[in-house]
Amino acid sequence: MAREMMFAEAIAAAISEEMERDPNVVYYGQNMAMTERDPFLKKFGKNRVRITPISETAEMGAAVGAAMTGLRPIVELYMAEFMLVAFDEAINEAPRLRYMSGGQVKVPLVFKAGFGFAAGWAGQHSNCTYHAMMGIPGLKLAIPSTPADAKGLMTAAIRDDNPVVYLHHYMLTIDKGEVPDGDYIIPFGVADVKRSGTDVTIVATAWMVKKALAAADKLAEEGISAEVIDPRTLAPLDVDAILTSVNKTGRLVIVDQATRHASAAVVIAAEVAERGFQSLKAPVKLVTSLDATIPYSEPLESYVLPSEDKIVQAVKSVLIENAAAV
Amino acid sequence: MQTKEDIGKDRLLWMYNQMVRIREFEERVKRTFVEHPGVIRGHTHLADGAEASIVGALSTRNDDDPVMPSYRCHGYPIVLGTRPGRIMAEIYGRRDGLCKGFGGSMHLADPAHHFPGASGIVGQGIAHATGVALTAQVKNTGQVVYSFFGDGSSKQGAFFESLNLAAIWKLPIVFILENNQYQAYTHISLEDANAAAGDPLSKKAEAFSIPGVTVDGNDVLAVREEVAKAVARARAGAGPSLIESKFYRFSAHGNAITVPPVPTQFPQHEAVEVYGRKAEYEAARASDPIARFRSQLINDGLLTEAEARRIEDGARAEMEDAVRFALASPFPSPEEALNYVFA
Ligand SMILES: Cc1ncc(C[n+]2csc(CCOP(=O)(O)OP(=O)(O)O)c2C)c(N)n1
Ligand SMILES: [Mg+2]
Repeated sequence: MAREMMFAEAIAAAISEEMERDPNVVYYGQNMAMTERDPFLKKFGKNRVRITPISETAEMGAAVGAAMTGLRPIVELYMAEFMLVAFDEAINEAPRLRYMSGGQVKVPLVFKAGFGFAAGWAGQHSNCTYHAMMGIPGLKLAIPSTPADAKGLMTAAIRDDNPVVYLHHYMLTIDKGEVPDGDYIIPFGVADVKRSGTDVTIVATAWMVKKALAAADKLAEEGISAEVIDPRTLAPLDVDAILTSVNKTGRLVIVDQATRHASAAVVIAAEVAERGFQSLKAPVKLVTSLDATIPYSEPLESYVLPSEDKIVQAVKSVLIENAAAV
Repeated sequence: MQTKEDIGKDRLLWMYNQMVRIREFEERVKRTFVEHPGVIRGHTHLADGAEASIVGALSTRNDDDPVMPSYRCHGYPIVLGTRPGRIMAEIYGRRDGLCKGFGGSMHLADPAHHFPGASGIVGQGIAHATGVALTAQVKNTGQVVYSFFGDGSSKQGAFFESLNLAAIWKLPIVFILENNQYQAYTHISLEDANAAAGDPLSKKAEAFSIPGVTVDGNDVLAVREEVAKAVARARAGAGPSLIESKFYRFSAHGNAITVPPVPTQFPQHEAVEVYGRKAEYEAARASDPIARFRSQLINDGLLTEAEARRIEDGARAEMEDAVRFALASPFPSPEEALNYVFA
């Protein structure tokens, strides 16, 4: 059975179901569970559902300690950029402790945060920081684009024995989609073909998947068949699925809301350059944010962000005869 | 203690005027969400309720003393002499805005008026203010820095680290903890160890062996009195103080967080919306710092009803102009987005 749900509801459903299943899962963060009316507090009580002060270092660091000793904490951090205050915990503590202990401890936790809120949140609330969390041995990174994926990846994140950063895109919060009931897990490291096509592969994550699909619709009107692939987790990254698609289409456009050199796109491009070079009929094309902090004013903000039009243009540029020479 | 005679009628009326100007400005920001939906994007935080605290503190400034507020930063530049139209234009994302539309409500900056800039990351402004005081100390400028931040911010590492640093270096800075009883949707009793134990938040000063005092932030003259003492101490080279200024935020934390194109507006205050404590909210509104100062001045014969109206009408006209100026200002052109990335 499946039910139509909003993106945010699907995440909450996964957390709620996992808390029911496993008494070691605890859930806390700022500005949540303020009153007895809170559904999580009602269901799971004050011992497992807590409100925190604005203390990211303590929130994230305590999760590490709790995870080392038997709990499975989920920390609600709201905006991914607030994690930067305590990035040590995400980068240099949680993922390293198991290794340094020679495999004696594990750190099963979820740092949950929204990101990319391209709605006038300006310079410190809507940049993308996930590139810094890719390639950290021991750290996993989920970044769903649909309500169903949001649920399946959150379930997998909570059950994972490793630290997971779970990033949900704020622009998708109220998007609706069919979400399977009950146990629904999407394994990490498995990309999803969101639209199949034959002329070009577009790789995108989160909100960019929506933009890539819209661009693919436009391209279809002009007889261009684009395949849209969502890796769904950036660590681990399903390079094989991308290579399979590129092998079929021979062309690759990577869409990423981050700035170019701080994007997941550069990593994907490098993997394809190394392992898929023979399949490519044109150079790989990146559609990323321009190199600026996200500005407040709308015309400035739209100018720096990837858009449907920029994706369409990029696809056309790799499709023209002799693209390598352009 | 300074009496009203010591302060003088002109200064007292200046203070009343500044309080009224802040309130009027913030009401216009709030009304914009209704009158011009979509014109203000992102997240906007208002200073209504904080007027006595802001003006009482800033009334003790020397002309070149730097001011470092949090992201709730509209009120201070109004007092510092920034044109309200330029603040409004920034909040509307226009080219004539204080930051040319790049920063928005949370990131105002006006260095020409001794306001170097505000951070949207809770607590970081406290560390920046500490650094502004370092400049003053190294260059021996005689300035004292005014650092304003919320009760919630005082739970960040940056708060503890900065106060300790400022104390050991005896930096010329006054830390003003604006206890408006809430951090976003969370009541102070749920997030602050001192508050939970029934203690004042100024107790935190003891941890750094610096003076700490709690003052009624609705009483503009009481705030002025305590801040003046701390400023004198800082200016004399004796180091920082912590002042807890207790008042009540009158509007909700910020406009509702919505995903475009869903329009956003100010919801009701959290006391009502989240906790269902209407009586708490109404009691707070009944001790409005502006009304209180107004009747004090009138009772003391320092202000007539007619003078008060003239001040209030003046503020209304000024902020009406600010809205008009901001609405008429063009948007920046898109390619400008790549300016100012590097110096
Ligand atoms: C590091 C960080 N964590 C969380 C937030 C989200 N946030 C923005 S304002 C705010 C509340 C701050 O409350 P307080 O310091 O009391 O200031 P007030 O808004 O009451 O003036 C929170 C939690 C943030 N901006 N930065
Ligand atoms: Mg507060």
